[in-house]
Amino acid sequence: MDSDLFAKLSAYPHVVVSWIDDDGYPVQTAARFRADAEKGEVRIGRTGLPLPDDREVNVVASHIRPQPGTGYDQRRYLSLWGRLHGDGDEMVLRPARVWGWDEAETPFFEYVERSNVQARRYMHALSVERGEEVKPRLSPVWTFLLATRLPFLTATIVPILLGIAVAARDGYFSWWLALLTLVGGAAIHIGLNTANDIFDALSGADEANYTPTQFSGGSRVIQRGLLTLRQMCALSAGAYVVGISIGVTLVLARGSLELLAIGLLGVALSVFYTAPPLRLVHRGLGEVTTALGFGPIMVLGAYVVQAQKLSWEAFVVSVPVAILIALVLYVNEIPDRYSDGSVGKRTLPARLGRVAVTRGFLIAALAAFAVVLVAAAFGIIPRPAIIALGALPLAWKVYRGIKAYYTSPYELMATMGQNVQMHLVVGLALFAGYMIAELASAVLDSPPALLV
Amino acid sequence: MSWIPAPVDELLAAALVCEMTVVGAKGQPVTHPLLPLWDGERVYVTSSVLFSRKLEHIKRDGKVSVAITDPVACGGLATRCTVQGDARVFEDDPHETWTRILPLWRAKEPAIDFFLGKRFALPLFFERSLIEITPRRVLWWEDGNVESAPSVATPEGAGHG
Repeated sequence: MDSDLFAKLSAYPHVVVSWIDDDGYPVQTAARFRADAEKGEVRIGRTGLPLPDDREVNVVASHIRPQPGTGYDQRRYLSLWGRLHGDGDEMVLRPARVWGWDEAETPFFEYVERSNVQARRYMHALSVERGEEVKPRLSPVWTFLLATRLPFLTATIVPILLGIAVAARDGYFSWWLALLTLVGGAAIHIGLNTANDIFDALSGADEANYTPTQFSGGSRVIQRGLLTLRQMCALSAGAYVVGISIGVTLVLARGSLELLAIGLLGVALSVFYTAPPLRLVHRGLGEVTTALGFGPIMVLGAYVVQAQKLSWEAFVVSVPVAILIALVLYVNEIPDRYSDGSVGKRTLPARLGRVAVTRGFLIAALAAFAVVLVAAAFGIIPRPAIIALGALPLAWKVYRGIKAYYTSPYELMATMGQNVQMHLVVGLALFAGYMIAELASAVLDSPPALLV
Repeated sequence: MSWIPAPVDELLAAALVCEMTVVGAKGQPVTHPLLPLWDGERVYVTSSVLFSRKLEHIKRDGKVSVAITDPVACGGLATRCTVQGDARVFEDDPHETWTRILPLWRAKEPAIDFFLGKRFALPLFFERSLIEITPRRVLWWEDGNVESAPSVATPEGAGHG
């Protein structure tokens, strides 16, 4: 037991000494105590119940702070085992083993994640005892929502809407093609999310991650026993089958080789993002892969479905969205950097230091906004799309958040949320820019240059 | 009428934390700080499957004791006590069985409803077993002075000092 632990123990007002009495029942008494770090001893004051010196005792110090109306907080405890020996009026313990938890040091959510193995072990034992599977229950809707990480589909919806908007401005628009593109893109995205969880479970990356958040560390449905690896594989395969089937339908319906090439590249990037042999995210290429997949591939794909040709404008408008979605991954990888690195998943935050990662974010975010500014100023994209620059303060907020909470996964959560929001706001603002330009052209005979 | 002495009854009803000791695999004491719930006859604690080693110990040996010693966690009550008893684990359905003591839990920790509403985020935390402890002997120090001998009460006889 080190001096730090003695110092921590000294902060408690009393201890509880427990032992097993001759009748086999535990018995306990509170006691005054003094922790002597120099001698490595805990000296326990006189108690009305005689303390034993012929058996092991467990000395526990615990603390909570009552919070009327809610319950309590500041949970912490230290538990020491060993044998007591008398020394004058006092009984002395030289701890043989120590255990404890302090939620200020190990947040509750991390403590829970660290205990997943025990939970699975216990539920397995219950299953064997009963002859039927005992597993955690969650409604199918919640399980699907968690497993697919459905809220993150905004990463697909934004670029597809943009591709459709660019095509509509060029005079190509079909509702059913737009709908099929959205559903197909969403299915491939779900396939990617679930495949990512499968390969992270197989590599041990998610198991090694004790500080997942709602933005990082995977869906955890496998680690929490909500779905088996096999069920997750079925879900992933099902999503890919739907997505690829829709893709094939669109290629056949539109007879476009460009679309075939984009579709094949998109599916390949999605699969090999975490799947061997390429495992792009393990090689520090996750951001580039994500940028390509959720940027040019989605925007151009959606455009080609409508227009049956490629478009420079669609490519240009995809660039800021590509950079910002790559930054979503980049920031979400910050809390996972140690667990990812421990299993060879060498993401950029796992490779780079704190300063480089933080500066890298700022440079990339500013680059995304610069593309919007230049493209709108030169009329490559509609000028009203410049409203996307309104999200610049969000970039600054995220930068400040990364700087402040780089080492605190749970405190970084709000920043990760703002980062996701930045991608969504910029994407929707660009889309709104197209809508404003369309409306202006439809309503005004000669709309001013600022509106087109 | 319960044989539990009034000061101990009051303490059990107020306490936000207890130290529950179970008999470990090698016969050693293993103590866990927990939220004690009291219905006037029995002490209840619940355990998530995440922190289920205590359940394994209780299933092997149901002899337990519960100490309440922290005045700060008992609304300022100075009394201290140790309740020895026999524990049973109820876990027919770890998803639901424990919820029968939810009113007692809610009374001490109102925030539990908030967390229960976010069950999807902590699915394993809310897969729980209910531990019911039937008291067989109570030791208590009414003035909180543990340097004096405790008063003792058992179901067979009145409490005595």
